[in-house]
Amino acid sequence: MALPRFAPDTLDGLRDAVAGALADGTRLAVEGRGSKRGLGRPVVADAVLDLSALSGITYYEPGELVMEAMAGTPLAEIEAELAAKNQHLAFEPGEVGHLWGAGGGSIGGVFACNLSGPRRPFAGAARDHLLGVAAVSGRGEAFSAGGRVVKNVTGYDMGKLLAGSFGTLSVMGRVTFKVLPRAESERTILLFGLEPGGAIAALAKAGFGPWDISGAAWLPADAAARSAVGYVAGAGASVAAIRLEGARGAVAERCAALRGALSIAPTEELHTHNSRKLWAEMRDGRLIAPGQGPLSSLWRLTLPSADAASVLSTIAERTGGEFSSDWQGGLAWLAIGGDGMDVAEAAAVLRAEAAIAGGHAVLWRATDDARSAISVFGDQGDAISALVRRIKSNFDPAGILNPGRMAPAADSAS
Amino acid sequence: MLMPIPDAAVISRRAEIAAALRGRLPCGTVIDRAAGLSAFESDGLTAYRQQPLIAVLPADRDEVSAVLAYCAAEGIKIVPRGAGTSLSGGALPLADGITLGLSRLNRILDIDLANRTVTVEPGVTNLAISAAVREHGFYYAPDPSSQIACTIGGNVAENAGGVHCLKYGLTTNNILGLEVALLGGERIRLGGKALDAPGLDLMGVIAGSEGLLGVVTEVTVRILRTPETARALLAGFARVEDAARCVADVIAAGIIPAGMEMMDRPAIHAAEAYVGAGYPLDAEALLIIEVDGPAAEVAAAALRIEDVARTCGATSLRTSRNEAERLAFWAGRKAAFPAVGRITPDYYCMDGTIPRGRLPEVLAGIRELSERFGLGVANVFHAGDGNLHPLILYDANAPGELERAEEFGSEILRLCVRVGGVLTGEHGVGVEKRDLMDEVFGPDDLAHQQRLKCAFDAGGLLNPGKVFPTLHRCAELGRLHVHAGKLPHPDIERF
Repeated sequence: MALPRFAPDTLDGLRDAVAGALADGTRLAVEGRGSKRGLGRPVVADAVLDLSALSGITYYEPGELVMEAMAGTPLAEIEAELAAKNQHLAFEPGEVGHLWGAGGGSIGGVFACNLSGPRRPFAGAARDHLLGVAAVSGRGEAFSAGGRVVKNVTGYDMGKLLAGSFGTLSVMGRVTFKVLPRAESERTILLFGLEPGGAIAALAKAGFGPWDISGAAWLPADAAARSAVGYVAGAGASVAAIRLEGARGAVAERCAALRGALSIAPTEELHTHNSRKLWAEMRDGRLIAPGQGPLSSLWRLTLPSADAASVLSTIAERTGGEFSSDWQGGLAWLAIGGDGMDVAEAAAVLRAEAAIAGGHAVLWRATDDARSAISVFGDQGDAISALVRRIKSNFDPAGILNPGRMAPAADSAS
Repeated sequence: MLMPIPDAAVISRRAEIAAALRGRLPCGTVIDRAAGLSAFESDGLTAYRQQPLIAVLPADRDEVSAVLAYCAAEGIKIVPRGAGTSLSGGALPLADGITLGLSRLNRILDIDLANRTVTVEPGVTNLAISAAVREHGFYYAPDPSSQIACTIGGNVAENAGGVHCLKYGLTTNNILGLEVALLGGERIRLGGKALDAPGLDLMGVIAGSEGLLGVVTEVTVRILRTPETARALLAGFARVEDAARCVADVIAAGIIPAGMEMMDRPAIHAAEAYVGAGYPLDAEALLIIEVDGPAAEVAAAALRIEDVARTCGATSLRTSRNEAERLAFWAGRKAAFPAVGRITPDYYCMDGTIPRGRLPEVLAGIRELSERFGLGVANVFHAGDGNLHPLILYDANAPGELERAEEFGSEILRLCVRVGGVLTGEHGVGVEKRDLMDEVFGPDDLAHQQRLKCAFDAGGLLNPGKVFPTLHRCAELGRLHVHAGKLPHPDIERF
C-alpha cells in the first residue's frame, strides 16, 4: 500500500509538514528524488516527505564560487548549470540511483548521504563543500547555519552534522555549496594487465610524484569490459586509470612525463572526451558487477590506501566477490553474487578484515530483510553510539525523521 | 565583556580542588600560585584578562581524562588551552574554572608517508608537523600566521585557516582523525586513515567548536606533497576597485591560486617601511597572487594571471623568477601585522568574511567608519576567499580608545553581515564576537547549535561564556512544544 505523501514547495511548507507530522505522530520517510531510497536501513514510516517540489537554483555567482539550491533540485540540473559556466562540483558526486533501479538524484540527497566520487581524495568530500543549510529539525522548527561565503567559522559547523546524517536529524530544505572551475582539459593514462597489488602500487607512485593527479582507479577485466569507452572495454585485461586535469598544453606535457615514469605495463592514453566518459562511469557506479537477487550484496569499503591491496585480496578470496578500486586504493566496491557468500557472513568477514587496517565496510545494496538484520553502517562502539543517540534525541525527540535509516528505530537512535 | 558570574562556592574550594587534582596527577602538573597562574591570564586577545582558578598541565591523555572526570563529577568548569594564540579570546580563563593546558602533549606519534598522514598529540605546533615531513617532500597545508607557536589541537578547536585556504581548505578539510576526551573523561576515536567513515561526522562537528564539546587528545592530519613549483605575482593598482575586479577575474578565468592576498595603502606603506620588500608605494591596493603545482601548469596560470591583471589596469606587475624573489614578495605581507604594530601603539585585528564581489563597497564603508570613529585602519586580507583583516589603530592608554576601537570593530562586522557575509572567517567567535551572534543567527538557529552542545555537555562545564550570547539550560532546550495533539510514541525514552 502506497504511503501518503507530503510534497511541500516552500521552506515554510516544509516546516509546516514536519510540525504537522510531529503533532500527529506521523513518522516520515524523507526523500529528495528517491534515487537512494535503497541505501541505508529500511525506513519504518507512516508517510513520505517528498522534497522534489522544493526545487530550483536560488543563487549562483560563478565569481564567488558559490551556488545555492533547494534540496530537491535534480543533481543533473545543477551540473548542467555549472557546466555552462565551466564550473563543477569538485567532489564529483555520482548518479547512483540505477543501483536500486531508481532514477536521478537530488542535490539534497547528495549532501544528506555525503556522496563523493573519484576526485574525493584530491578535492575533498561532499561535506567539505557544504557551506550553509536551511533545515527543519524533527522538532518542527526551521533553522539556518553557515552562509554564502567559502570561509566561515561563525558558530558550529552544522552542515557537517547534517552531511551524512541521512535525513535522520533534520530535513535540509536548501543547501549552499562551494563550486569550482572545471579544468579545460584532461587526460587519463591506462595501464593494462596489472594485478591489484601492482596497480595500487603504481597509483600510489603516480600520487607521490609531482604530477598532481586527480583520479586513480583500478578495474578488474570483467568490470573494464562493461565500459562504453573502447580502449577500456577492449583491453581484455584489468585496467588501472590515472587522471590528470589542467590547462591544455600543460596536461599533455605532464601526461607524457608520467607515462614515462610508469613504464611497468603497457599504457594507453584517453583524451578529454573519452576520459570524462570513463570517470563518469566510475563515478556513477556503472562498472560495478550488476549482481541482483536475494542472496547478493554490494559493499562499499573505505581503507587506508597504502594498506588496501592486501585487505582487498584477502576479502576477494574469502567472499568470492568481484571488487574494483578507486581513490588510490582508499575506496573499494565489492559485489558478491547470489552464488557467493551469504550477506551476514560477508559482513563479519569484511568488517573484521577492514577493521584490522582501520577501514570500514558499508552494505550498499541488499534485500530489505538483509539490511534490517545486518548493521548497514557498522558498529561505532558504545560511547559514540550513546553520543549519537543524545544528538538524535535533541534534534528529533519524537523519532519522526527517517526512523531506522541509520540504526534500528527501537533504540530511538538515528 | 560580561562573563558568567563566577561561582563563589567553587572559588572558596580552591585549595581543596587543587589538592584533589594533585592527588590524581603527577607532581608539577597543578599550578595554583598567583605567580604561576599569571602566565595563563589571557590569550592573543590581550584586551581581556582573567586569572584562572587553577591551571593544570597534563603530560598525557590519561591525565587529561583524569582532570575531565574529576571536573565532571565535581561540577567544575574547564577552559581548554593550546598555545594561547587565539585572537577571539577562546582560551580566556574563568575565575571559577580550571585552565586545562595541552602544551605538554607534544609528541609526534606516527609519520605514515605511504598513507600521507601524520598523527600527533594536540600540543604539537602547526609548523612542527610540516617540519617533521619536509625532508620527505611533504607539508601540512593550513598555515595560520601564528603557525610557529599555535598548536594543532587549538587549530582543530578553532578550525584555523591561513593564506592557502582558497585552494587547500581550512583545518576541518585537512584532518582525517581525532581522539577526543569527552566530559567525564571517556575518549572516543573519530575518523582515521581511511576516508569518510560511516556514521555522523562528529569529527567535522568538533572542528571549530571552540573547546565547548570536548578536548582533543590526538589528531591525524593529511599531508600533501610539496608542490613542484610555486610562483608569486605582485600587482599594484591605482584603485581598490581595480584590484577587487582582478581577484574576481582570476577566478572567472578558471584559476584557483594557492593564495590571493590584498593590502591597502596604509598596510603597503607600513610593510615597506618595515621590511623593504619593494612594494609600489604609489598603489592604493596591492595583490600577491601565488600559484603552485606542476611547473607546466604554474607557467600557464602565471601568464593568464598577468593578462588579467593588465586588463584590470595594474599599474605595476612583477612575477617571481626564482624562490628568493617569491619569498621577498611575501616578506612584506607576512610581516604586515608587526609592521602595522610599529606605526600605532595598539591595533585590533578583525576577521569578517564577505562575498568577494562586495569588496570595494565594504572597503569604502570601512573608510567611512574610520573617519566617524576617528581611528585609522589598515587592511591586510585574504582577498581570494573574501576574508578581511582590518587592523584598527588605537592607543590603549588613551582613555576611551579601546572601547571606541571595539565599537568600530563591531560596526565593521555588522557591515560584513549586511552584505551577506559572516562575523569570522578563521579566528573564531570566542568572547570577542559572542554578543554579535544575534546579528547572524535567529533564536532557533542558535537553539539548534546549543542542542548539539547539550548532547556533549549538558551541564555547560566546557568553556562556558564563549560562542553563545546566552546559554539556555539544556532541559529548557529539550522541551518539545507541541501545540495540537499529543507527543508521538510516548514509549520512547527521551533525553
